Amino acid sequence: MSAGERTALAHAPVVHASLSSRIGMTFWTVLVATLIAVPYWGDRQMMRLLTEVYSFVALASLWNFLAGYAGLVSVGQQSFVGLGGYTLYLCALWAGLNPMVGLPLAGVLGGLVAVPIVLLLLNLRGAYFTIGSWVVAEVFLQIFQLVPAVGGGSGISLPATVVQSVARSRGARESLIYWVFLALAVAVIGVIVLLLRTRYGLALQAIRDNETAAKANGIDVNRTRMIVFVVSGAATAMIGSFVFLQKLSITPFSAFSINDWTVNMIFITVIGGIGRVEGPIVGTVVFFVLREFLADLASTYLIILGVVAIAVMLKAPKGIWGYVADRFGWQLFPLSRRLVRPPAKDRADRAVRVPTPAA
Amino acid sequence: MVAFVHVIVQGVLLGGLYALFAGGLSLIFGVMRLVNIAHGDLIVVAAYFAYFTMQALGVGPFTSLLFVVPASALLGYALQRSLLNFALGDELPPLLVTFGLSVIIQNVLLILFTHDNRRLYAGPIEMASWKFTPDLAVGVLPVIQFVVALAIIGGLQLLFYRTKLGRAFRATSDDPAIAQLMGIENRHIFALAMALSLSVVAVAGVFIAIRTTFNPFYGPQLLIFGFEAVIMGGLGSLWGTLAGGVLLGLAQALGGQINVGLPFTAGHVVFLLLLIVRPQGLFPKVST
Repeated sequence: MSAGERTALAHAPVVHASLSSRIGMTFWTVLVATLIAVPYWGDRQMMRLLTEVYSFVALASLWNFLAGYAGLVSVGQQSFVGLGGYTLYLCALWAGLNPMVGLPLAGVLGGLVAVPIVLLLLNLRGAYFTIGSWVVAEVFLQIFQLVPAVGGGSGISLPATVVQSVARSRGARESLIYWVFLALAVAVIGVIVLLLRTRYGLALQAIRDNETAAKANGIDVNRTRMIVFVVSGAATAMIGSFVFLQKLSITPFSAFSINDWTVNMIFITVIGGIGRVEGPIVGTVVFFVLREFLADLASTYLIILGVVAIAVMLKAPKGIWGYVADRFGWQLFPLSRRLVRPPAKDRADRAVRVPTPAA
Repeated sequence: MVAFVHVIVQGVLLGGLYALFAGGLSLIFGVMRLVNIAHGDLIVVAAYFAYFTMQALGVGPFTSLLFVVPASALLGYALQRSLLNFALGDELPPLLVTFGLSVIIQNVLLILFTHDNRRLYAGPIEMASWKFTPDLAVGVLPVIQFVVALAIIGGLQLLFYRTKLGRAFRATSDDPAIAQLMGIENRHIFALAMALSLSVVAVAGVFIAIRTTFNPFYGPQLLIFGFEAVIMGGLGSLWGTLAGGVLLGLAQALGGQINVGLPFTAGHVVFLLLLIVRPQGLFPKVST
């Protein structure tokens, strides 16, 4: 390749879309449009189930963003789920704020709290970061148990008036909550896709592939990780706030439970495919299908999920979607990076304009 | 003042136990870079095993160790050869596989033994104590526990630096590929390390199960204690680990003195503070 050609490539536009991502985006658009319309034709039970699906798609996607892209394997994301839930409850109880206001506030608080946590935990490397994140979640659990002002160990119930303030009629309320969850899931995936397309996304992939080489190329690894952790903490708290709005009561044990939140996020992501945006979506579908068949015994279900996750990790570490994508070259989001060579004439023009450096 | 001395002594003695959890954890991290998330759950498995051995044979907890330690070692060896060896290499698989294992163990224990709290009864020795002054008495059991911890950590130190097996451990830790070229069978060495780690924690598991009640979900807490002791002590140093364990024990004992609900929080807070002030731990051996 001549120097001129090299310069031309440096100016070449990066294309993210491909044929499969165009098909994928059409599919997502149709899917989301159909899902938006569910309150007009679906029944209450279906909406309830889908709401849960959206919350897990979003939570698992955020965990995947941390672990699969930034290499931050956190088992303490229940910190943010719980903080979000408590924020919404306390805003309603203390300040009389509408849950629709509590939602963004939970996000702000989640993001703010994430900053000192990540600064602290980045002192720990690799696997030790993982257990460190767990310690932080334990501290939250114990603090919320100790403080009587937030209900102590027995927690808080949400007064009916607060729930009614979302929307007057039950139907309208359920539709609104449904749409909020759908919007959150779509927004989470959208933000992740957009972030991955920026230079931070490129940095993340470089860090994931080889941390030392990434550093050598001038990437501020800790800064990039911090951004991912804070974004993910804020979003996790927002989802947590609405999850607990639906539950009508919150206790430290339900809010900061590793089993209710992080265990599921991890199993969903590992089974669906870690390090791919599609992974958690596929994983959530598998998760709910398995649950429909095995719903009776929670512990048997968790054992089966654990066995499946271990098998996937050992036999197909990229998960179901990673396997499919590698095999067929599918990519349902416009996330690939291809340099497109400008047409020959244009290239010649550039080559003339850019002086060739002397050998 | 005497009460204060009492708390300090209790904390230090408890710390020995935490150092044992930590010793098992850092042993396998040192040899094969594996952070075992299921570490605490395996401690609980040892406690259940001791519980049923005692029932079946009508022996005390200390005698049960004659069965529990070899059984744990065997379990460790089998677990490593059949599962964990296949997860080594990258950073993600060992973490997620042992995480899955932890969830599986907890739920299997739950199905088998229900959520009931259990405890190992050691008999009159639990109440025995030595009186130093009319006000200050130190329990016999915590002292035994601490002495055993010291002996085990000293033994591990000797094993690592004075024996052929220890040399093989260190060689695989430094460079698994070269160690293999020198005729060391890595898979076997890793499995031996896991067996050793689980024998150490089996002893610790029996002691903690005499001290407090346990149930299928007690494991993660023990993992966290061991982990805090490892990090506070400084990675890669066994005596540092003992210091970390003692510091954690002290923090918990003092925290419990301030408020009954506070001991674990106090331990976590001291850990997090130390992480700010001295992220490399008290006595780091390897510079990171």
